[in-house]
Amino acid sequence: MARRKTQAVITGISGRLGQLLARRLHRMEGLRVIGIDRRAFSRKPADIEHLRIDIRRKACEDLFRTQDIDVIFHLGLMHDPRKGAGEHHSWNLVGTQQILEFAQRYRVPKVVILSTGDVYGPQSDNPAFITEDAPLLGAQRFAALRDLISVDMFAQSYFWKYPEIETVVLRPAHILGGVKNAVSNYLRLSHLPVLMGFDPMVQVLHEEDAVSAIVAAARPGLRGVFNVVGPDALPLRKLVALTGKPTVELPHFLLPGVVNRMFQLRFADFPAAELDYIRYSATLDGKRARDIMRFEPSFGVREAVEAALRTNIFDGGVEGVEAA
Amino acid sequence: MSHDGFFKNVEKLQRFGEAMSHQLTAWTEPGKQRNRIDQLFREVAEAGSEIATALLTPETWRMSTEDIDRRIQHLLAGKNLSDFGTDSFGYSPLDVRKITPVLEFLYRVYFRAEVHGLERVPEGRCLLIANHSGQLPFDGAVIASALLLDRNPPRMVRTMVEKFATALPFFGELCYRCGQVTGLPDNCRRLLEADEAVLVFPEGARGISKPFKDRYHMTAFGHGFLRLALQTNSPIVPIAVVGAEEQTINIYDFKWLANLLGTPSLAITPLMPLIGPLAMLPAPVKYRIYFGEPLTFEGDANDDEAVMATRVAEVKAAIQRLMNQGLAERKGIFI
Repeated sequence: MARRKTQAVITGISGRLGQLLARRLHRMEGLRVIGIDRRAFSRKPADIEHLRIDIRRKACEDLFRTQDIDVIFHLGLMHDPRKGAGEHHSWNLVGTQQILEFAQRYRVPKVVILSTGDVYGPQSDNPAFITEDAPLLGAQRFAALRDLISVDMFAQSYFWKYPEIETVVLRPAHILGGVKNAVSNYLRLSHLPVLMGFDPMVQVLHEEDAVSAIVAAARPGLRGVFNVVGPDALPLRKLVALTGKPTVELPHFLLPGVVNRMFQLRFADFPAAELDYIRYSATLDGKRARDIMRFEPSFGVREAVEAALRTNIFDGGVEGVEAA
Repeated sequence: MSHDGFFKNVEKLQRFGEAMSHQLTAWTEPGKQRNRIDQLFREVAEAGSEIATALLTPETWRMSTEDIDRRIQHLLAGKNLSDFGTDSFGYSPLDVRKITPVLEFLYRVYFRAEVHGLERVPEGRCLLIANHSGQLPFDGAVIASALLLDRNPPRMVRTMVEKFATALPFFGELCYRCGQVTGLPDNCRRLLEADEAVLVFPEGARGISKPFKDRYHMTAFGHGFLRLALQTNSPIVPIAVVGAEEQTINIYDFKWLANLLGTPSLAITPLMPLIGPLAMLPAPVKYRIYFGEPLTFEGDANDDEAVMATRVAEVKAAIQRLMNQGLAERKGIFI
């Protein structure tokens, strides 16, 4: 009997990371890639299959019923401060629950969930090395993260509910590249705001390294929660200096009210709670991923910053990206 | 809304007024205090002339640029720093270089620090345990200066700083760049495992904000440092700081206003009605720092609090002995 192809499902395949992951897997031998995303996948390689449906739809189940899926990469999480809390909760929580239900019902042996390092949240009293068992306090000052924290914890509950599924939860540091996320958007601004008297340590991760970590997480036998950390942490102002752009020094105590009002009026793209990311550190301990997942980043800080600046999403450089 | 809170605050203000007048009468009581006040004036005059002389002759105390650079190079050499010059905590020896002149001024001129037993600080990992006092943490800066400017080879002290302080703008950034970290057990353990010298004030905010009448009476010690010493096999160097306890006279801790401002404490000092917050700045007292013989403990880091308490008491007693020695040896507060 000929060896069956390994079948991988990627949710959120039309996002930047989904596309990168799809292309990376596509280059591997004996692998069939099926994507689920309601958005279009531009310049899709011909033999990648793409189902343009909402992961919350029942139609999604047919895929799992009719195919023997070997691994699910769940990247289809949404974080967009402009969208309401209801849509976030429904998309992220119901969607994740659905995917994990299918995995359990149709015996998918491996599920990799791309959570985020933001679940810990920037706090002045964070330890310099946040380990995977630290409490997820990200939402204590930034309520819009509640659903992502719920997803992370929900995924963790599968470790003991369905131990036969190898569930891996990845919590990457700030991903830089063609992705549309807060930190990449920040670096693409023409003037970078910094807070007077604050210079937190930040960790960045090149998008290709993030994809490498996702691929590494699919290794059979691997399960658990992993922080994914790129090159060494550096002070924010050093990171900002790498862009060569001018900075704007702002006094923090004046900002929250102003920024929130600007966000409401659509003059600002981020709510005031996100100011904490340029105020306090949230640096992760990547030891577990290094030791157990054997993940090593191959891109430095400079390359990651270049990758973020190369793509100017506001000029339409990245299409069909809803969330990273 | 009830008015209880308001009346309580009025009562507090009254008590504050009483405390103040009590202090004033105590200081100005004729005859008995007379000699002491004369003595203080003489001391202040002497300290003032010492500082003035030092300022006029910087060549007598200022380290040469090459010497400082050599010391900073030494700090850099032993560390595994990132391409951007910092360790994972944000410590950057090159930024320490920038504040070295300020440390030198505080250490050699303003506080004219006298250091005993610096050679007792070992190489490798160690916990430096000291009494905490003075309303503002100049004691930490002076201990750090001693190890940076006078020890051979120099070491950068990594202090466990109260989390209220590291959250502040500017001060927090200064702390992190100079190797000081938020006082968390996990940070301490990792620094000790990286063979650093970690300074801990087990009295914490309780100690630094205590009233003037309690000077040289150490408050309760936390036990965390001893558990960490046992966990990481680190020797403990007891340190007594004599002098800092008189630098700022706290006659009343204005708890109500402190709560309002979100600070751990708010000291009212005698000069505050005249010069406002400037009265928090330290008087030019003379610092005397006594480093004791390193203590090593053996046992289980998870022992009961009661067992820990006896070990902590040993450390506290060692500091008390050094402090008594310092108090007996000194001629005055300012000289």
